[in-house]
This record gives sequence, structure tokens and C-alpha cells, in this order.
Amino acid sequence: MTRPDGDVPQPEAIRIEGLHKSFGQLEVLKGVSLTACEGDVVAVIGGSGSGKSTMLRCINFLETPSAGKIVIGNETVAMRPDGSPADRKQIERLRQSLGMVFQQFNLWSHRTILENLIEVPVHVLGVPRAEAVARAERLLARVGLSAKADTYPAFLSGGQQQRAAIARALCMEPRAMLFDEPTSALDPELVGEVLAVIRDLAAEGRTMILVTHEMKFAREVASHVVFLHNGLIEEEGPPEQLFGAPRSERLQQFLKSVA
Amino acid sequence: MAVTALVGAAGAASMFELLQLSPPGWGANLLRGLWNSILIACGAFGLGIGIGTLGAFGKLYGGPVVRDLLAVYTTVVRAVPELVLILILYYAVTDAVNQTLLAFGYDRIQISGLAAGIAVLGVVQGAYATEVLRGAIQAVPAGQIEAARAMGMPPGLLARRVTLPLMLSNALPGLANLWLVATKDTALLAVVGFGELTQETRQAAGATKAYFTFFMAAGMLYLILSIGSGWLFARLERRARRGQPELHG
Ligand SMILES: Nc1ncnc2c1ncn2[C@@H]1O[C@H](COP(=O)(O)OP(=O)(O)OP(=O)(O)O)[C@@H](O)[C@H]1O
Ligand SMILES: [Mg+2]
Repeated sequence: MTRPDGDVPQPEAIRIEGLHKSFGQLEVLKGVSLTACEGDVVAVIGGSGSGKSTMLRCINFLETPSAGKIVIGNETVAMRPDGSPADRKQIERLRQSLGMVFQQFNLWSHRTILENLIEVPVHVLGVPRAEAVARAERLLARVGLSAKADTYPAFLSGGQQQRAAIARALCMEPRAMLFDEPTSALDPELVGEVLAVIRDLAAEGRTMILVTHEMKFAREVASHVVFLHNGLIEEEGPPEQLFGAPRSERLQQFLKSVA
Repeated sequence: MAVTALVGAAGAASMFELLQLSPPGWGANLLRGLWNSILIACGAFGLGIGIGTLGAFGKLYGGPVVRDLLAVYTTVVRAVPELVLILILYYAVTDAVNQTLLAFGYDRIQISGLAAGIAVLGVVQGAYATEVLRGAIQAVPAGQIEAARAMGMPPGLLARRVTLPLMLSNALPGLANLWLVATKDTALLAVVGFGELTQETRQAAGATKAYFTFFMAAGMLYLILSIGSGWLFARLERRARRGQPELHG
């Protein structure tokens, strides 16, 4: 996929092919294919229940796909015929290269913000503690939370918690970031500070897939926009095209309904 | 009035003598009984937590067979009175062990009262602990476990560094209760003649006929034990609750 600035194509970071996912009788994803190259910011939009979260969660196997193929970097996730992961170690390794940010922040409440950041680097990735702390402090400074390093998450505002959660994901030095509606649980006055951090990450060329309801923001930061409807990609393309001249009737309706 | 005062004074003097540590006082026997009770309670509580942890994870994440077996275990043990269980487990298990030994041509062995007491009460504690810990694990916010999974934490590490510490604050009140039950259930081992606090007290009281003195003394010792451990559990709970804002009013 070419960048809007017409650069040479970058290597692929994440590729989804023919992804299907059913919960019992309910077929939520009906064959979704999507590629994010290094440096791409892919925004995923769509109505409630259209399968955005499910798609994102299939990428790091928090949900087990029913069928399809997931490629991270140049590594295809080994799947059994029923879609379940065949190699737990591989899943763990790939998850370490994908920083996920949740709607509900999900910081560990029994650890301080600094401890949250260094937990996985130190105990899973084997980064020396001093190095992890230095890295964490740098990231906390970047998201404007240096003063809160030794605070427990429950004592932070939602916006601060989400910025800390982003820093925690960055602390693993992931290849790509996955955001699932990172601002939907926030009071309106706190949305801006979190979007500013994400905008900053997009500007430095981080690869990310961003599920969002913030259309203005998606239009501003995305290099590619995907409109999901009823478990299928209804329309996709560069933001100017999707937001400026939507072709499908459903997308036109959707954009009207969220305007 | 004068008479009762006199009896009271004489009673106090002899009470003091009876409770002295060296003979003819029975104090040392009582303390030895208390020590045995504490040993059994600690052993049983520890064993119970071990069984309970495995049981809770088994009930939550185990296959159907594991879950059914655990359901039978917790249902039966919690339904049958502890005294009956102790008699069954103590005599039946001792007997079964010896039958097996004899069948294989070994001599019968005398099972130590301490080991048997710990095993029996531990099995009882394990059933309750399974339920306490299962509830506590289920009350851990799913998102925090998911965050750890999403970062590639392997299951063992995740249980140790995320699930267990998070569930501890939910579990501690229930575990503190179980500990108190354990200390008191040690008294039931008196029926199989094990020299814990109640048994020692009965002997001292029977030999001296000073029932009131000795049972009051034993009651005080149980009370001190319970107050001391209550203080300890309160501290543990405060530590486990770190990071959680306190509820006021
Ligand atoms: N674990 C689950 N079990 C059963 N059904 C599920 C589960 N998770 C999601 N679903 C269903 O799958 C459908 C898609 O859900 P999903 O969360 O992916 O939607 P979404 O596009 O993220 O919506 P929203 O914008 O509301 O977050 C919904 O109908 C939802 O009820
Ligand atoms: Mg969603």
C-alpha cells in the first residue's frame, strides 16, 4: 500500500486475510482482509456491533479466529484447522511485538504507574531493571506523567490512566500499536490529551491500527481508513476519499449519523 | 458474703498454683497443647490454601472431569460435619494405610497424630478455600488479566504476578475466617486423643477437678490466638489493598 506522499511501499507490518469469526451462531466477521505497512495509520470505523473490536482482538489472538490468516511482519500465525493457535509460544512472542491499548485502560491496579510500565519488559522480555526504568521514565515524560510514576492507577484521571496505558504498551518497544476506541470511556474534556499523544505517535511514523469513533481525528491522522459494516469491509481508502467523497450508501449514512 | 470472698481468695490462690508452668501446675501442659494446636492449624491452613489454589484454578479453567471431581470434593466435605469427617478420615485412612501395608507384607505403622491432624483438617480447609479463592479470582477485573495476555505474558507468570496478587485482597477476609476455623477445629482432634489444647485442658481439668479454671484458661488462650492473628490478617489485607482508594462513610 503506498503512502499518501507517494513514497516507495514499506514492508508489511500486519496482514489479515479472509478473517472469519463466529460466536456460536452469530457470524461477526465474514471475511475481512486488511494490510498495514510499516508507518501506516489504519483507522477502522463503523457502527456499533459491526465487528471492529473483534477484528482488532483477532490480530493478537485475544479472540480465536474461526478461519483466515494473520501475518505479523513476515511471520504467519500457526493455526489449527479450527482457527485456534497451534503454538502458544509463537502467540506470546507476537503479542510482545503488538502494543494494545484498551477502551478501559486496564492498568494493573496493584502496581504503581512505573511498575506497570516495567512489568513486562523486566519479567517477560528480560530487559535489565535499570534500563527498563530509564525507558519507562522517558516514556512517562513524553506522555506528561513524570510526576505520577509512583502513583497507583486508581488515583489518576481517566485521561492520565489512558496515557499511562499507552506508555506501558510503548515500553515493550512494539512493532505496531493496536488501539480499541482509546477515548470512548473518557469525559469529553479528557479526550484531547489522549488524542494528542496518539497524534504524536502517528507523526513519528508508528504503525498502528486504530478503532475509533472520533471521525475528525481519524481523518486527520489516518493514512488509510476502513469502514466495517456487518462484518465486512464496505469501503476503504485514503481519508480524503472516504470522508470527502464516500461512495457506498451505508458509509454516507454512517457519516451522517455520527456528524 | 464473707464466705464467698474467702472461697474466692482461696480459689484465686489455687488457680494460680494450678496454672503454674512447673508441676504441680499444669501450665506447661496447656502451653504444649496450644503449641500443638498452632502447629496443626498452620499446617492445615497451609495445606488448605495449597489445595484451594489448585482447586480454584481447576474449577475455573479445568476440563469437565476435573471440574466434576472438584465439585464432588467441595460438596461432600462442606456437607458432612467436620467431626464426622475427622473420625472417618482419621480412622478410615489410618486403617486403609495399614491394610495396604499389611497386604504388601510390611508392618503396620503408627501414624503421627500431628501429621494425621494436619492432613484431615487440611482436606476440610481445602474445600472451603477452593470456594473462597474461586470467588476471589472471578472478582479480579477481566480487563487486567487480558492486558497481561495481550502483552504476551505466559500463563504461569500471569497467575503469579497478576491474578494471584489481585485476587488476594478479595480473598483475605475469607481466608482470615478460614484460619480462625482452623484454629478452633484443632479442638475436634481431641476426639481421636491428640494432645492439642482442648485435650490437654480436659486432662488437666479431669485430674484436678478444677474444670472452671482450666477451661477458662484454655478459652483465654484461644482468644489471644485469635486476636493476634486478627491483627496479622488486618496488616496483610492493608498491604494487599495497596493501590485501592479507601471507601469513606
Ligand atoms: N465474546 C463474545 N461472545 C458473543 N458475542 C460477542 C462477543 N464479543 C462480541 N460479540 C458480538 O459480536 C458483535 C461485534 O462485536 P464487536 O465488539 O466487535 O463490535 P464493535 O464494532 O467493536 O462495536 P462497538 O463500536 O460497540 O465497540 C456484536 O454483536 C457483539 O455482541
Ligand atoms: Mg468495540
